[in-house]
Amino acid sequence: MSDQKKMAIIATKGTLDWAYPPLILATTAAALDYDVSIFWTFYGLQVVKKQRDLKISPLGNPAMPMPVPMPVLVQAIPGMEAMATVMMKDKMKKKGVASIDDLMELAIEAEIKMIACQMTVDLFDFKHEELLDELEYAGAAKFFEEAGEADITLYI
Amino acid sequence: MADKHLDAKGLNCPLPILKAKKALKDMQPGQILSIEATDPGSAKDFESFCAQTGNKMAKASENGDVFYYEIEKQ
Repeated sequence: MSDQKKMAIIATKGTLDWAYPPLILATTAAALDYDVSIFWTFYGLQVVKKQRDLKISPLGNPAMPMPVPMPVLVQAIPGMEAMATVMMKDKMKKKGVASIDDLMELAIEAEIKMIACQMTVDLFDFKHEELLDELEYAGAAKFFEEAGEADITLYI
Repeated sequence: MADKHLDAKGLNCPLPILKAKKALKDMQPGQILSIEATDPGSAKDFESFCAQTGNKMAKASENGDVFYYEIEKQ
């Protein structure tokens, strides 16, 4: 056994806000000399698309801060999701928060192992060409190989 | 006198740490990396970073909104 610390993450969510935790934690762990792997499954695959179009929705997200109080029915009006996404990206830029594109680039540079769930790829009719070239494709057993040796395992 | 300087002002978590890690990579043991940051979380973060990577926090100070660190690569 090597004394290299390991972390394994399952990333299951595909909205802009939920794309952050796996990438922030993975890149930071890599900076702390962890050997890191991320298993992207279900909606998490949206984050590893080459052309990603991540959105944030105020709908069903009562904790999201809004500039003005907004009834749920107003939040359901077409265009509200796009507006919330633009506002959030703008705010992140102003506060010096990295973009998902930047974090993904840093993650790849840090040689974080990226595994995509082949079952979900089939389920959503994704093609490997649509997804990042750095991915390897596997199933749940591969995750256990990673997580079984990990010091930290997170389900996000 | 620092051997290398990292301006991490205006950057938020985890960017200052990631950039510091990158900067340290090309440095020799004993060399000093100085860092300026405005993220108030960076004080604890750089402390933890040093504790976990075995580098030494040689200096940490604060001047208004700017935090200043010197990390000695081990």
